[in-house]
Amino acid sequence: MQLFKNETHFDFMGKIKPAMAFSSLLILVGLISIAISGGLKYGIDFAGGTLVQLQFKNPPDIEVIRDGLKTIGLGDSTIQEFGSKKDILIRVEKSEEKLEAVGAMVRRSLSGEFNIEEITLERVEMVGPKVGRDLREKALLSILYAIIGIVIYISWRFELQYAIAAIIALIHDVLVTMGAFSIFDKEFTLVIVAAFLTIIGYSLNDTIVVFDRIRENLRRKGKFSTIDIINASINQTLSRTLLTSGTTLLVVVALFFFGGEIIHDFSFALLVGIFIGTYSSIFIASVFLVYWDSRRTAHR
Amino acid sequence: MYKNLKWRTLLIIVVVLGAVALAYPLKEKIALGLDLQGGMHLVLEVKVEKAVEASLERLADDIKRDIGEEDLEVDRIKAIFETLQINIRMVDEVDLPPVKKVMEDYVFFKLISEDSDGLGLVYQMDQDQVKQIQENAVSQGLETIRNRVDQFGVSEPTIQVQGERRILVQLPGVKDPERAINLIGKTARLEFKLVDEENSLQQALSGSTPAESEILYKRKENKETGEVTKEPFLLKKRTVLTGETLTGAEVRFDGDFNEPYVALNFNSVGAMIFHEVTRENIRKRLAIVLDDNVYSAPVIQDAIPGGRAQITGQFTSEDARDLAIVLRAGALPAPVVILENRTVGPSLGQDSINKGINSIIFGGILVVIFILIYYKLSGAIAVTALSLNIVLLTGALAYFGAALTLPGIAGIILTVGMAIDANVLVFERIREEIKIGKTVRAAIEAGFSKAFRTIVDANITTFIAAVVLFQFGTGPIKGFAITLCIGIAASMFTAVFVSRTIFDGTMSRKKLDKLSI
Repeated sequence: MQLFKNETHFDFMGKIKPAMAFSSLLILVGLISIAISGGLKYGIDFAGGTLVQLQFKNPPDIEVIRDGLKTIGLGDSTIQEFGSKKDILIRVEKSEEKLEAVGAMVRRSLSGEFNIEEITLERVEMVGPKVGRDLREKALLSILYAIIGIVIYISWRFELQYAIAAIIALIHDVLVTMGAFSIFDKEFTLVIVAAFLTIIGYSLNDTIVVFDRIRENLRRKGKFSTIDIINASINQTLSRTLLTSGTTLLVVVALFFFGGEIIHDFSFALLVGIFIGTYSSIFIASVFLVYWDSRRTAHR
Repeated sequence: MYKNLKWRTLLIIVVVLGAVALAYPLKEKIALGLDLQGGMHLVLEVKVEKAVEASLERLADDIKRDIGEEDLEVDRIKAIFETLQINIRMVDEVDLPPVKKVMEDYVFFKLISEDSDGLGLVYQMDQDQVKQIQENAVSQGLETIRNRVDQFGVSEPTIQVQGERRILVQLPGVKDPERAINLIGKTARLEFKLVDEENSLQQALSGSTPAESEILYKRKENKETGEVTKEPFLLKKRTVLTGETLTGAEVRFDGDFNEPYVALNFNSVGAMIFHEVTRENIRKRLAIVLDDNVYSAPVIQDAIPGGRAQITGQFTSEDARDLAIVLRAGALPAPVVILENRTVGPSLGQDSINKGINSIIFGGILVVIFILIYYKLSGAIAVTALSLNIVLLTGALAYFGAALTLPGIAGIILTVGMAIDANVLVFERIREEIKIGKTVRAAIEAGFSKAFRTIVDANITTFIAAVVLFQFGTGPIKGFAITLCIGIAASMFTAVFVSRTIFDGTMSRKKLDKLSI
């Protein structure tokens, strides 16, 4: 079986303008959404706070839980269903530095309204504000280090202009995924940073395969223009690009639907990231190679 | 090219068997992370400045005693916590030189200024000494917590210092996290203080506490309602005896009501002081104070020799047991606060394992079906390589002793998706080569060699990202980074080396005119 029976001759480079417009639109919408919601929405890993996950024997009324929580005065809390109607996730802004087991406290506060034996404390995550700040800094640095490491590697294996084009594609992917997170009102947590770093790695993986082919074809350039060569290279690697993205998407979809609530946002980030990474390695990365090349030719 | 086929086959068999040996039996060899087996992850901060303050206060007391022994008249000696200084004020200026002489014994104090009236001296604590105290507070805190956890009975706990003043505590499979927190986090500073019976508690409560006394509370919590009641006590500030002289603490049950209490044993110094205090204060009340909470304040009926005492209260036997544990393990040199607490219950962990395995199986089956349809027999080779990849990954996880976490499972799933990429790159190349008219053998040869460099370049970038992730991540994220790294490395071996060997092996047996790809 083959994805494309014959060698394809899509004119990807001819679609530069619509692709740029489309990407700019995606990024813009994301940035606007981030601006409207007042910045990125941090999970407790970065903002500090407490998460308590409870499982009830029967689906509880969220308003009743809210009333119960008021008795212990933990400040603002958001209460939501987590995967099923019986699983409830409570997020409290405050992180209790004192030696009190918040989870047990929350569970006890509900003893008036519910039979406490029917509530299981599934998970408690408490992150103090100091740790949140540390983690935020570390997360930012890690993304920065990853990018620096990758620039060095690509400039060593290819040329600096390839590295820059790859990084632009990668920043594009990260921005779009971040925007999607904001639009779908999802929180940034440690695990999501892990997903972002994976997307960075993955998006480059695709881009490099295309670049590798471009470099190979440039060596026997002949009478063809750079644009023709880039077009041909993208076409030659197209079925591979789509296949690999396809298989990776298959497993990520499996993770998204069967992996459970805890890993849900992580799979969501990967899902978006892989889509956008595939798109950018075809439409975005090479555009900047052409741009650099045209400037170089103009200089001569 | 086919010459060393035997050796290559042998190498593959050895590597795979090695991985199987490392990982078998799976249940024992692969450690599960806290998020999968349930358990508690705590990061504590030791309030080291409290240890420094306590030390400064103790030293000020020592200095006061030493100066007093020289028959010099002291106006006041004061420890200033903010600046870590000790101010000494004398009544007569002729006393200053002998005071300076006394202070020569206190090598970690430097005279930094003298008051202009010639009556006062200001000493500053040495920075190195401060650092020393802080380091000791952390390392002693670690030891104490380790003792408590050992007695609490958790299998394979991790307790280690993190950074300068943090302690990481991981308790896999802990059943009662609330109890564990109480046990670990209690400072457990045990003090005996006399009740101030000369002054009125009522007056003290309305604002005029005598200088040498303080108000402390007896805190009672109703377990059912969570309601807390506080009963005030007016106690002398001076501590007559501390928990440092304890040699033992255990739970006993009183004969009449079968109520649990904690029996204490003092060493000879403690026993002597206790005897003396009780002898001199008969009919007075002695309060037992733990971390500024009054536990009880019984009336001293008679002098108590022999160094025995007991703490009573309305304990459950569990409370009493935990109290005995913390008293035996000793007090923390400084209080700790919880910076981070991640606790996962066992049922949620099991649920995560099931879901993770389901998605690996489901995602895996989808990929296998797809590859078999798309690449036919060559696809079967890719699937073989993929299965070996998972075996190697498992073996490597066992070898490195890396715990499998939920993100780690996600890492395995991603590896399944991405490992196939190397095969796809090779196969697409082979197809191209066949299209331009090469023989099967030449096409395989060219396909592998041309795709190899691309595979390396493409994988190394992901590898860089994964290594950075490992550096940055904690617990579960580290698990993800490790599986990703190993998965990439293993996929290079299986997708390139193993599939190549299978191709070559097939080709060496029969000459193929057409490749099923």
